[in-house]
Amino acid sequence: MDFTFSDEQVQLRSSLQSYLAERNGFERRVKISRSEPGWSADLWRGLAEELGIIGAALPESVGGIGGGPVETMIIMEELGASLVLEPYFETAVVAAGLLQAGGREAELEAIVRGDARYAFAWAEPEGRYRYHHVGTRAVRDGSGWRLSGMKAVVGAAPWATHLLVSARTGGDIRDRDGISLFLVDPAACGVAMRGYPTIDGRRAADIRFDDVQVDATALVGTEGTSLSLIEKVGDVAIAALGAEALGVMRRLVQDTIDYTRQRRQFGQPISSFQALQHRMVDMFMKLELATSAVYLATLSLDADATERAKAASAAKVSVGQALRFIGQNAVQLHGGMGMTDELPVGHYFKRATVIEGELGSTDYHLARYAELSKAAA
Amino acid sequence: MELRLTPAERAFAETVRGFFATEYPQDVLAKVREGSLLTREDQVRAQCALQSRGWFAIGWPEQFGGPGWTPTERYIFEQELERAGAPNIIPMAVIYIGPIICAFGTPEQRQRWLPDILESRAMWAQGYSEPESGSDLASLGMSAVRDGDDYILDGTKIWTSGAHWADWIFCLVRTSRGERKQQGISLVCVPMDAPGVRVEPIISIDGTHELNRVTFDRVRTPIANRIGEEGQGWHYANVLLASERLSYAHIGRKKSDLQAIRRMASDLPGDFAETMIEEPGFAERLASVEIAASVIEISVLRALTGEPDAAVISALKIACTEAAQQITELWLELADRYRQPFLERTLSGWNRTLPEAKRFAVPQTASYLFERAQTIYGGATEVQKNIIWRLLARANALPRQGQAVS
Ligand SMILES: Cc1cc2nc3c(=O)[nH]c(=O)nc-3n(C[C@H](O)[C@H](O)[C@H](O)COP(=O)(O)OP(=O)(O)OC[C@H]3O[C@@H](n4cnc5c(N)ncnc54)[C@H](O)[C@@H]3O)c2cc1C
Repeated sequence: MDFTFSDEQVQLRSSLQSYLAERNGFERRVKISRSEPGWSADLWRGLAEELGIIGAALPESVGGIGGGPVETMIIMEELGASLVLEPYFETAVVAAGLLQAGGREAELEAIVRGDARYAFAWAEPEGRYRYHHVGTRAVRDGSGWRLSGMKAVVGAAPWATHLLVSARTGGDIRDRDGISLFLVDPAACGVAMRGYPTIDGRRAADIRFDDVQVDATALVGTEGTSLSLIEKVGDVAIAALGAEALGVMRRLVQDTIDYTRQRRQFGQPISSFQALQHRMVDMFMKLELATSAVYLATLSLDADATERAKAASAAKVSVGQALRFIGQNAVQLHGGMGMTDELPVGHYFKRATVIEGELGSTDYHLARYAELSKAAA
Repeated sequence: MELRLTPAERAFAETVRGFFATEYPQDVLAKVREGSLLTREDQVRAQCALQSRGWFAIGWPEQFGGPGWTPTERYIFEQELERAGAPNIIPMAVIYIGPIICAFGTPEQRQRWLPDILESRAMWAQGYSEPESGSDLASLGMSAVRDGDDYILDGTKIWTSGAHWADWIFCLVRTSRGERKQQGISLVCVPMDAPGVRVEPIISIDGTHELNRVTFDRVRTPIANRIGEEGQGWHYANVLLASERLSYAHIGRKKSDLQAIRRMASDLPGDFAETMIEEPGFAERLASVEIAASVIEISVLRALTGEPDAAVISALKIACTEAAQQITELWLELADRYRQPFLERTLSGWNRTLPEAKRFAVPQTASYLFERAQTIYGGATEVQKNIIWRLLARANALPRQGQAVS
């Protein structure tokens, strides 16, 4: 057992930290977010070329560095601390995970080079958090396929060069069998994307697929059996998003400590009031336990399916509860200043609110954990 | 003791309900229903409709245009207004300054200000908080210096809700420094178009413009615009504070929100169960907020109809605002991933591109964010607890049980 980071990992963290401090400062990030595309191609290039981190957890055979989940955790935590907008999570974690299982080397190489950006279109308007709620259909058409259906709140879709889409090649809505994965060009005929800004300053889209034609090579993995892969990558995604949340929360706790030490009311720093001291201690405790939960999920990704899934749900519950408590109290302790768009705290709170509701809410993962434990007993 | 309303009160409730169903501007109700933001003009029309029945100046004495209701009747009215989904009366003029003008203003001031408030010709803003004086309001520093028949005002007010819509602002200002910081504060009214008044928007966390920073740079205002005695402003601002704190109760809104949540949760599919209302975690949380709301309602009614107890009033401010925040959390759970879209809600039809079943998610998520403010303004929760403790620490301070209730 060993919870220490290697020298290379410490180095990775510190170079990313200083890079983001210089290139993604708060003001700059707000400006990028409010600009028309809402992301920075320069920053993305920098992550790929100057830092070379897009392939940090991908094998050397596709140009990556050959790291693993711990490298992803370090990177995601720093991206969270800096509220990075660019689609690292969607591309280098989620899409790369799906493509790796499908053996798509060429696509992975393009990702590592920084040439491809992905969005994973899995959720549907009525489906909540269920990966197998798939009403989108793919029917055979000669050697290829035609896709029709509706996908909801697809993160980073307006920025994507490629979409990965879950679609049903068999069975009924909410059947576990019959789900396949397709690679779709967002500019293809029949793809209608309604993009919008999100509360955390990123972009997402609702996407309608209307008889979209793709060829045989669009099928990623095998036909009809992709659900277990999607669920596995879903747990990888929870570990990564949880790490991002740690970065977000660390900043919220630190900003609150700093603010209350400097803000004076009643002739003294408000941090001198014990009610506030204890509140900040509670925030710190939640963060500490959430950190352990993310380690647990990250280090369980190669365990058997049940153990992996339980660790992921445990992490999402711990992180979700921490995000809510820390986010709400950071705003509360900032008083009116916490309610504005001017200070970072509000922006971190909104990112916290989004992460809390991604990949399954706290309620969802409590129920999933209970179900998994019952089945395993 | 008797829990039920009297037949006359029930009849009154029916009358009010009928008014909102037919006479009140239905387009305003529709806008609120779809989560669109109201314009100043919408607010004015809605207020004028209330005034057409004499139901606008709800806390004023009858002689100045108030409806002359009992506390229970006022409660019924507010409950029906919120049940109908009508916007709350903007409190600055009618709830906050109006009663102070009635109680402490000169006949000339009443004549000048009250009719314009009643007819919604003038909107007001509350200029109390300053950058360095929030929870410790009495430390405020905006200065008013006498110059002939005028005061010269210098300073900054912040978090001023609706200052960009206002015609007048009532300010707590420092006219002298006394032994205690509460001394030497005066209550002065200033027209927003006076030279030297500058309003800058502060955009809130939900992207809306409600708050402002108002700076006063050598602003001249007649001493005749001061309400009451010089140096007594703290007293005037505080005597009516208790009623202001119960105006945060919004029990009708809570009940109608909870009903809407229950209805919607019965329609929306769940993750593990058929519908959201059958998801055990959600169902329990909903039930517990429903229980809180119904119990808080009794406390509010006890406070309104009995002897007001300062500790209870502060406790209810906390309980009511926390319950309101919990309701926004229930909405957020129903919104699932649709908490993410951030759309401008000013143009009607803004929600047309979203799936119909998820349209509620955009305004409700905005509420989740903005209603964090409820536990900050009007005396933050932590500060209320300090107040309650100071009251409880006195001898025999616990509110007594078993007194005769009329
Ligand atoms: C949406 C909104 C609308 C508003 N509208 C108006 C308006 O129209 N007019 C107006 O004048 N003002 C308005 N306010 C201002 C509001 O009254 C202040 O925000 C409030 O008084 C708190 O002051 P502050 O923001 O300076 O926070 P601070 O006083 O700096 O408080 C920061 C934190 O410290 C805590 N704290 C402070 N003192 C203590 C203590 N002694 N013990 C323990 N904890 C303490 C607080 O509870 C809070 O959590 C509005 C505020 C908001 C958010």
